[in-house]
Formats: sequence, structure tokens, C-alpha cells
Amino acid sequence: MKFGVVVFPGSNCDLDAYHTVKDVMNQQVEYLWHKEKDLKGTDCVILPGGFTYGDYLRPGAIASLSPVVESIIKFAREGGLVLGICNGFQVLTEADLLPGALYLNLSLQFRCVFTHLLVENSQTPYTKLAGNKVLKIPVAHGDGNYYADPETLKRLEKENRIVFRYCTPEGEITRESNPNGSLANIAGICNEEGNVLGMMPHPERAGEEILGSSDGKIIFDSILEFWGEKR
Amino acid sequence: MWKAKIQVTLKKSVLDPQGVAVEKALKTLNYSNVGDVRVGKYLEVSVDGKDREEVEGQIRDMCDRLLTNPVIEDYTFEVTEV
Amino acid sequence: MKQEMWRQLGLNDKEYQMILEILGREPNYVELSMYSVMWSEHCSYKNSKRVLKMFPTENERTLLGPGENAGIVDIGEGLAVAFKIESHNHPSAIEPYQGAATGVGGIIRDIFTMGARPIALLNSLRFGSLKEDRVKWLFSGVVSGIAGYGNCIGIPTVGGEVYFDESYEGNPLVNAMCVGIMEHEKISLGRAKGEGNSVLLVGARTGRDGIHGVTFASEELGEESEEKRPAVQVGDPFMEKLLVEACLELIEMGVVVGIQDLGGAGLTCATSEMSSRGGTGMDIDVSLVPLREEGMDPFEIMISESQERMLLVVEKDKEETVKKVFDKWELTASVIGKVTGDGMVRVRDKGRLVAEVPARSLAEEAPVYCPEMRFPSYLEKVSPLSLEDIPEPREAEEVFLKMITSPNIASKEWVYRQYDHMVRTCTVILPGSDAALLRIRGTDKGIAMTTDGNGRYVYLDPYLGGMIAVAEAARNLSCSGAEPLAVTDCLNFGNPEKPEVFWQFYKTVEGMSQACREFNTPVIGGNVSFYNETAKGAIFPTPIVGMVGLLENIEQRCTAGYKKEGDIIFLVGEGEPAPGGSEYLKHIHGLLKGSPPQLDFQREKKLQSFLREAVKAGLLSSAHDLSEGGLGVALAEGCFSGNLGIKVELSMEGSLRWDILLFGEVQSQALVTLDPQFKEKITRLAKEKGVPLKEIGFVGGKNYKVEVRSQEMNRTINLPLEEIKDKWRGAIECLVEL
Repeated sequence: MKFGVVVFPGSNCDLDAYHTVKDVMNQQVEYLWHKEKDLKGTDCVILPGGFTYGDYLRPGAIASLSPVVESIIKFAREGGLVLGICNGFQVLTEADLLPGALYLNLSLQFRCVFTHLLVENSQTPYTKLAGNKVLKIPVAHGDGNYYADPETLKRLEKENRIVFRYCTPEGEITRESNPNGSLANIAGICNEEGNVLGMMPHPERAGEEILGSSDGKIIFDSILEFWGEKR
Repeated sequence: MWKAKIQVTLKKSVLDPQGVAVEKALKTLNYSNVGDVRVGKYLEVSVDGKDREEVEGQIRDMCDRLLTNPVIEDYTFEVTEV
Repeated sequence: MKQEMWRQLGLNDKEYQMILEILGREPNYVELSMYSVMWSEHCSYKNSKRVLKMFPTENERTLLGPGENAGIVDIGEGLAVAFKIESHNHPSAIEPYQGAATGVGGIIRDIFTMGARPIALLNSLRFGSLKEDRVKWLFSGVVSGIAGYGNCIGIPTVGGEVYFDESYEGNPLVNAMCVGIMEHEKISLGRAKGEGNSVLLVGARTGRDGIHGVTFASEELGEESEEKRPAVQVGDPFMEKLLVEACLELIEMGVVVGIQDLGGAGLTCATSEMSSRGGTGMDIDVSLVPLREEGMDPFEIMISESQERMLLVVEKDKEETVKKVFDKWELTASVIGKVTGDGMVRVRDKGRLVAEVPARSLAEEAPVYCPEMRFPSYLEKVSPLSLEDIPEPREAEEVFLKMITSPNIASKEWVYRQYDHMVRTCTVILPGSDAALLRIRGTDKGIAMTTDGNGRYVYLDPYLGGMIAVAEAARNLSCSGAEPLAVTDCLNFGNPEKPEVFWQFYKTVEGMSQACREFNTPVIGGNVSFYNETAKGAIFPTPIVGMVGLLENIEQRCTAGYKKEGDIIFLVGEGEPAPGGSEYLKHIHGLLKGSPPQLDFQREKKLQSFLREAVKAGLLSSAHDLSEGGLGVALAEGCFSGNLGIKVELSMEGSLRWDILLFGEVQSQALVTLDPQFKEKITRLAKEKGVPLKEIGFVGGKNYKVEVRSQEMNRTINLPLEEIKDKWRGAIECLVEL
């Protein structure tokens, strides 16, 4: 399977996503430069974390207007797999590929901590192997506070599109386990079709035990499983 | 030449964590009479255009497309000829 | 030229005479400005240069010692690490967010200038008491400034320390360290070689930031001076991220002849240092410098400290290659001049010559002073300490709770959770242990890093305190299993023109040098920060030691937290806990007195060697050295990181008091835990190494239970871990966030 990792000016988790796909998952991977429209035959696009354009104006806002994002929108509408992590999630909401918005953490501070995620939907290509598990995956962001208007939230709930929620290690959804004040403890959501996923936590930082957790690998394993079945 | 002064704030329905913090700080300074503090941002853009109508239309467009995120933000602006 | 002119720029009459002799004429205002910034203590080290010569600066591993932007050490397999620490104390005291942020930006530039990829940041911070509102503001501002810059640029902030003491009130210390990794052949130097080569200024536009206030008092400036107030430097981490990528790409392509960042003294410093090191000169035109503000004078352009700029020297026909790479990263690169062969720095403005001075006279031939020294009178007052000065507390548990909630001992999670310490997915030991550890991709190796420096100890005994700073750093690395490689230091002191301050400085460097020789850890670079004073006087003399160590196999590593129930706890090493200069004495009894703990190099080296070998042999579950707060606190820290309780029994011998046994401080001791099956092996290893080993308890249960016994008395601390951990974790947040 071939992955593409997008590089915008200011991306800084591009290397981490690249490394995880290549060295941990042993899959093909290429960088996709923000000015290029060619997705180079990629099967899954990863929008990595970082501070595209310095987070100036709003995180992800300027990046969402790049040529590569234009191609990604088209790719996604045709059913292509698109995974937005952290700043990548912010780019996806700014590009209207996912509903809602991510803004300033309730604490007003950046947070870099391990969080626990309850997998609420294990039917997506990203969570097939994560059925009702609690995953230990870190967050690192200043703007991860998810907001959507009440109708959108209702719809997300109804359509089972809230994929991850912050929880305790035991899987309870509590206020204390929420690192950013996110609405309904939302950590990740998908589009109607399930092929586009945005999440604030970093699965690529939790791919190996030496980094403190390998739970993030389950997400990449799921993608491969999905891809194998599809073919 | 025209100058647009744009003010962006979070929508009333969206919790403003900065506003809450500032309000708390003002109260600790004994301004017990304050409330509803909202923190926003301010942008200035110089625009070349033939008339006010055209410029205002453009600014509205810029706000909708890039300068604000309509999911969480509201904006107001004022255009003056310079 | 009028006397007040050079005096206002900070030059004394003798220095002005030197300039006259060098030039053989009167300098003009641009030239005078250039001398004034280059001959400042900050750039010339004129007061400290001779003393710093005491440091050992090389061993078999050093590839580059002091003198360039950062030192470089070999780590094998064709790889090397570059690292350096630098202060940004004064800017942070005025504008904590930007002061700290630009400090981080500056130190990162020092590292990638050398051709190294920056992979880690550390910070050593000192503030006044957290009870003061202004201190809270400074502390939060500095932490968010470090976070703002480091997080955005994508370099993990993996370690450091924070201490609070009234001595730093009004003059916080913000020392930032950066570590980078590189292949040997990629080392690039700040040297202008090759007559006719092009000089390019790249990165941000130049504005009036950081131009020193004294410059504006000059009468030449007239009425516009108000508008030209010196501005605080503002950092742009996004710009710097692009700059890192573009510069490293160029270095990788092999087109860079010389490269240097623009820090203090801006263009003046970069042009003169690069020429001086290269044995060349430069001819530049300030009208070619892209400006952010209109109407800047040539002298302003020459001394501006606008951030995120680099000076490059490339061969004439490579100009286009450089521009192409910078275009790709949406950055500007402007040719501003060329390298010349006659050793002069010539500055033009639209072709008109506005300054012409010998490069060496700015960079290397600054005056050197030997300030007067005098034994400080305060030492006579603070040295004697007798046990009678310290009333024996009644309640052990009460004292223990006070100790673990002292801001100096409490968890620093409030700080490091604001830093992205995981980006680049190489951080193997996260903040909170004795040293941070990063893996080196493509190898089995890891590098460990730490910063240390106990200002209180140095205040009470500069020589001993200087030695301890180095020993403690080496011990922290050894606890993780790493072999110490080399040191970068940041020496924070008061006004060197005060003889008592200079005595502190001299003695500290003497002590540090001694220790660096003992541990074979040369000082490969660093920074001196003088004039750290407030109305109340000088800060504690505070040398910060940044040390980097090598772990050949990253699998053979160790952390401070307890790992599993049933493990045995050993106290390793020889030493007698004493109250002098301890956190216990200050925090519980309000006393700043006595002598810091004694340090015996033989004992210390035996302990460190034992720790490294025990880690390597896989015998240890955890290792943690005894430092601030002594044994009682060290035992608790293992519980906090490991989430496991302990049962410990200590017997008192001789005249030692229970409070001193638990909270007195000591050198050359550590706590290790291990599976009972390794007991025999560890005993053998300890014997071989000549290190005493004492079994004091085991890991288990949900409480921190420590019992101290003698024939006459017994004292027990028995508290639920959950409860004390919450207190320890929340103490700083509680103080900062009301």
C-alpha cells in the first residue's frame, strides 16, 4: 500500500508519519509537496501535525487553500483515504472536508500529554481492528478544542461519526480526561462515508513501545486490513 | 485607496476561554462590575477599488473565504477612503 | 568626537583611545557603534576571557571546541552532536514571552549553523518566589514563550530545570540549550573564505529591534528619537523553521562556504567574526539589505538584532542555486556584498563608504580585562552552621508534606506539559527523570542530556558549588546509563566590576574546570551572562552545566521511577547527609547557611561507573540520584514516577538526626531498585567497584512508608501515595493559577 505524507511550510510531524509508515509498517511512502497537485498514486493521504504557516490567522486556514489540498478534496470525494492528524485535522475542518472547528484549548495552554481514547466507531477503515478498545495515544496541541453547533453535533452522534472520545484509562468519559475542553470529549471524527478521518491525538507517536505506547499502530494496521479486504 | 478595519470575535454561542480568563483577571483587580468579556482579533487591509460598494463586497468575500471561520467566528468591518 | 558620544555607547576613554590607534583617525558614528557592540561584554567576553582559559576544552572525542557557534563531539559511526547553551535573562525580565522565545530561536540558529539538525531543546530557569504576582507573570510568560517557539518549530523540549529563590526576583534566568546531530562531513563553519565569494543575507527583513537604548541618547539623532525607541525583539518560529530547512538543504548540497547566524550585534558581529576567522575581509552595502522599516540609518542596519537571519558565503556562481532553494521555502536571499582579501570590513550605503575597520580589531582584538577580586564578606556570616540553629521538628509527616510541595521539589509537569517533548518521535525518556534520552535513528545509540546548577551551593561555596554542578550533571547521565561526553556552560553572575562578584566567578570556574578534568568532559562552548543584578544586589552565582552523554545501546537504559512490586531498594554510595545549603534548611527553617555537601571525586567516579555498568548489565529496574530534598524526597520521587508504594526502614547511626538523615543533602549517592534475583550480582558488582551498598526496603503497597529508627526513638512517615502524589503534582499549578 502506498501512503503520501503532505508537507506544508511549517509541517513538523511529517517526518514522524513518514517514519511510522516506512519503518514501523514497512509500507511505501512519499512526501507530497504543498504546491504540487499530483498525489503520485497514493492510496492514503496523511495530513501531518505541525504549525502550517505558523498557525497564523487560524491553525490550518492558510494551508487549506494550497494546491495539494484541492487535489485531496477531489481524492476524498472519490472515496480516497485521508487521515488528518492534529494540524492535519485542523486543515480538514478549514477545507470543509469535516464539519466543525478546532480552537483554543480551554486551559489557554498547549498540552503535550498521553491521553486515552475510547473507540466509539470501529466500522471505519481506521478503526477496524480497534473494536471498543481504549487506546493510549498522546496529544500535543494548543488548539484542539472541538466545536460544532448543536445540530451538527446531533448529526455526528446519530450517524456514529464520532470515532474517538477522550476517556480515562478504564474507558470512562470524564471531564478530567479531556485535555482541551473539546465538545462531548471529541478527539476524532469522520465524514459521512468514513473515508476521511480527523483526529487531534498522534497515532504516529505511539507506534513503538520504546516511545511509551504502540496503540497508535492499531490505526495503521486497520488501514492495511481495510486496504487488503478492498482489493 | 481604501482601508478596511475588520474585527473578528467568537460567536456568542461559542465559549471564549480567553474572554473568561480576562474577565476573571479583571475581577481580581476589583473591577467587580465587568461582565461578558470577549477577546477577538483585529485586521487591517488596504484595498485598491473603484467604489465603496465594490471594496465592501470584496472584504466580505475575504472574510467568508479566509479571514474568518464562519463555524465559530463573527465579523464586522468598516471601510474608509484614504 | 565628543566624550559623551562614546561614553553613551558604553565605551570608556581608554577603549576610545584604542580605537583611535587602530584606525589612525577618529571613527565615524557607524564605526563607533560597531566597536561599541562588539566590545561589549556580551560579544567580546572582555572580563571573562582569561578566566575561561582554565576550562579543559578537548579530549579524544571533541571535533570542535569553543570559538565557533557551537562545539561538536564525535559519537561514532561517522556521527557527531553539536550543542550549546545560552542566556536570555535580560530580555526575559522585560518581556517574558518574547524574551524566552527569541532565546530559544537564537540557540537553535547556533546549532543548525554548524550543519547539524536540531533534535532537542532544554531550558534552565530561575525565578523569584512564586508568592509574588510579578514572578508568576514572568514564570508563566517565559514558559509559554519557550513553548510557543519550540512547539511551532517542531523541536522537542525534552528537559531542563526550574528553581525559585528570592535571589532571582526581578532578574530571572532563562538559559536555553539546543542539541543537534550531524554527519562528520557536514560540519560547516562561520568562516568567510575565498576572495570574491558572495555574501548573502537570508531570512527575515531587518528592522529596528534590539538596538540598544544607549544608542538613542545621542544628540545626532535629534527629534525623531522618540519614534526610534529600542524595540523588543519578536520571534517568528515559522520563519525560523523555513530557515532551518533551507539552510540544511544548502549544506547538504555542499554549496555553503561559510555560514553564521545573526544574533547579538547583528550584521556587525557576523561580518567581522566570519572575516576574522577566515583571515579575510568583507565589503557589503547596507542598501541591499531588505528592510522592514523605512528610513533606517546605516548604523542601525549594522547593529540591528532582528531575529531569524543568517549570513552565508557561497561561490559567486552558486548565487542562483541559493536563491532557488530559498524560493522553494518562500524565503528571500539577498546578495549584500563579497569576501575581500585585505582583512577589512567595509560598509557602504548605495556605494558610498560609511565604515572601514579591520575585522580582527572588532572580533578578536577587543580589550581584555582582569577585574579585581575580593573574598566576599558575606561568606563569613553564612559559613558557620551548627545543629543547634536547626530546631528538631516534631512531626515527620508534616515536614515531608511541606518538602514535596516546595516549588523547588514539586512536579514540574505544569511546565513541561506545555512543551511538545515528543515531536520527531525520538524521545525515549520523557521529562521528569534524571536525564532526557533520545534515540538516534538508524543506529542502536541514544544520547542523554541534562542541565544542572545549584545556585545556593555556589553562593555558599563557589569552588565546591562549581564542582558539584558538573558532578551532578554527570551523575544524572550515569543514572540513565549514559557515558558523559562533554559540557556546555552558561555562567550567570552579577556585575563583574564588583570584586566580590568576580571572586565568585573565578572560584566557580576553577571548581568547574577541576571537575570537568576529573570526568573527562571538556567544555566545548557556552556563554557568560554578567550584570544579573537587582536593587537588592547580585543573584546567586549560577553556573548552569549542560551535559550530553552517549548510550551505545538504547535498550540498556534506566529511569528514576519504580517498576514493579517486590523489587528491592538499595542506597548506593558513600556519603553523610548534611543540612548545609539544603532545601530543607531553606524551606522549613528559613536559613541560608552552612557548607554545601562535600564532594569526593574518587567516590563520585566509582558510583557513576557502578551505575553505568549495572544499567548496561540489565540489573536495575530504576536508578535515581540523591539531590535537593535528600533521601526522603528521592524515595518519594521514585514512587511518583512509578506509581508504586514503598516500605523502607532506616537505622540511625551516631549523632545523626532523623530530619537530617531524611532531608539533609549529600553527593555521590543514588537509589537503585532491582528484582531480588539480581541481588547477588549487584552485590558482586558493587564490591568490584568499591561502592558500598545498603538494602533499605522494597517496592510495594499503596503507601509511602518510611521508618527511621534508633535505640532512643523512631519516626514514621506513612502516607497514601495517591494523596501525596496529588499534592506534589498540583503544588506549582496551585501557586501560579490562583
